[in-house]
Amino acid sequence: MADRHTSDRHTGDRRRDDKVTGHPLWELTAARLREFVREPAAVFWVFGFPLVLAIGLGIAFRNKPPERVKIAVDGRLPDAAEVAKRLSKGGRIDARVLPHARAERALERGEVGLVIAPPTAAPPKASAAPQGAKRAALSLSYRFDPSAPESQRIRLAVDDALQRAYGRVDVVAVVDVPMKKPGARYIDFLIPGLLGLNLMGSSMWGLGYSIVHARSHKLLKRYAATPMNRAHYLMSYALSRLVFLTAEVTILVVFGFLVFDVTLKGSVFALAGISLVGATSFAGISLLIASRPTTIEGVSGWMNFVMMPMWLLSGSFFSYERFPDALHLPIKLLPLTALNDALRAVMNEGRPLWATWPELCVMVGWGVGSFVIALKIFRWR
Amino acid sequence: MSEAALRCEGLVKRYPPDVVAVDGVDLEVRRGECMGLLGPNGAGKTTTVEILEGLTEPDAGVVEVLGQRWGAGDDRRLRGRIGVALQETRLSEKLTVYETVRLFRSFYGSGRHPDEVIEVLGLEEKRGAKVGKLSGGQRQRVALACALVSDPDVLFLDEPTTGLDPQARLRIWEVVEQYRAGGGTVLLTTHYMEEAARLCDRVTIIDHGRVIAVDSPERLVKSLGAEQIIEAELAEPAALELASIESLAGVSGASFDSETRRLTLRVVDIAQTLARVLAELERQKLVAETLRTHEATLEDVFVHHTGRGLRDG
Repeated sequence: MADRHTSDRHTGDRRRDDKVTGHPLWELTAARLREFVREPAAVFWVFGFPLVLAIGLGIAFRNKPPERVKIAVDGRLPDAAEVAKRLSKGGRIDARVLPHARAERALERGEVGLVIAPPTAAPPKASAAPQGAKRAALSLSYRFDPSAPESQRIRLAVDDALQRAYGRVDVVAVVDVPMKKPGARYIDFLIPGLLGLNLMGSSMWGLGYSIVHARSHKLLKRYAATPMNRAHYLMSYALSRLVFLTAEVTILVVFGFLVFDVTLKGSVFALAGISLVGATSFAGISLLIASRPTTIEGVSGWMNFVMMPMWLLSGSFFSYERFPDALHLPIKLLPLTALNDALRAVMNEGRPLWATWPELCVMVGWGVGSFVIALKIFRWR
Repeated sequence: MSEAALRCEGLVKRYPPDVVAVDGVDLEVRRGECMGLLGPNGAGKTTTVEILEGLTEPDAGVVEVLGQRWGAGDDRRLRGRIGVALQETRLSEKLTVYETVRLFRSFYGSGRHPDEVIEVLGLEEKRGAKVGKLSGGQRQRVALACALVSDPDVLFLDEPTTGLDPQARLRIWEVVEQYRAGGGTVLLTTHYMEEAARLCDRVTIIDHGRVIAVDSPERLVKSLGAEQIIEAELAEPAALELASIESLAGVSGASFDSETRRLTLRVVDIAQTLARVLAELERQKLVAETLRTHEATLEDVFVHHTGRGLRDG
């Protein structure tokens, strides 16, 4: 029996038809794309969720008259009603008289930013007052939490309104000119930030989750038992990301333009280039994170561990300039910061692609470094 | 060209700190032969197969597949000549049967048309169905289709029918037989006796990472020197004098597992021997709770060599 088969079976009537399928890289990429579009939940989180966020935040922060500052006037203050009435007149402050205990509670709960209370100590003596100053018409104290982010602003606004209401005369004539032109509003800041966040999220989850899924189901091992070129497998993820990337960016940018009038000041080419580099960079990082874990729980933990700091620090929702100066450099070295900064430079400031080279370098550095390490330590079983 | 399709010698695989999964396995599978690896869970079957498939590196030993060694520089070509169905691979649930087989086909330079293999496996009606919607037996057939689409010279099947109903099992057996009819070599692991007896030319019984016996199923059974088996489970207290039972005329071997209180006797002529056995049990004041007799099988070969049942673990 064996004799019949010791000759090479390949020389028989075995079909040699290399045109049955496309190139394995293409077939793998097509499989990725099919898997993705057949997962409605994934489609929503990649395409729908950023739009929901943009709508929500866009409405919350749309340009509207400055919000009225809510404060309380302690009922124990003589003339409390009069103080509240005069303060509220300007339209910027919403002052209400509350009994002492309730006013304190409202302050503790953050329902009001400040409480106007009777003076705690004796009012400054006349001798301590500047020369020529009139005796104060009224003496009181401001109670507020100096560590709350808005409290200083509220204190200034309340004090300003109160001083004016009781007769202070301003010596400098000032006119407010609100900035309303597209390109400098919060939504203009927000859309590139959401774009960056989304490119990070979809690269990380899209890649990491499905690689670890395939590993935990022994599919990676099965592939490893074929002559499949292993680099093709990893590249198919990058390629399929490119297809979705185009859709993700287009949807969000067009949406921003149609709904919020957010314009792209730079070129489409620059936007595409930055998005591409950003997404590829996160694909590399994601590959690294997914190179060893064998469970979805494990990889999810690592993903969050890596992404959380960038959600907070990288200036997607608010500028990282608010953090202490010493942190600026490390923050700028984060890949998401680089992506956000580059996207804003192109979208809001109309800078060309080459002008964002420092950010591009940061992204390429992260991407290439992670990819090289990932290839070395990747576990196929 | 060497006669052996697969050969390994002195295979050892340890999993630190203290597990020795494979402990010096020698194995030779001839071209065109179907070899079964038989043993309980944890015996080292899967590790042995995965070493042969080039997925696991042994700590010691020599492996040759189609005359080549893994890691000798031409692994991809070698992978192109083998077909693999791992234990419990979960293929992508979102792809259809055709897309899955086609994807696997794309990894190989030559092979069969996906539709042809789908037809061989009787999956034409499920061609456009997503793998996630298939039954266990159908999924196993898709896995087999992916292994066969390259028209491999050697087919590795790791417990191909575990957990399947008898009908689904039968379909898989037919496909394997068809593949063999075309001259293919098969290495199969299983813990089903019927499967090994039906498909395999030879069987290697392994336990605790060691080869216990190698031969054709028929000869292994014959080697027991018995045609029939008597099994009795004794009621407590089961203080047995095994020697006096063993020395009864017609009994060619006896074993007793004190944990399960199962007495197993190999006998040549059941009609003559059974009465003597029952008399001896009575003399020893033992009560048999159950009593069964059957033709000797591979299972009995395993019990004979290890003193344990195949599924006792």
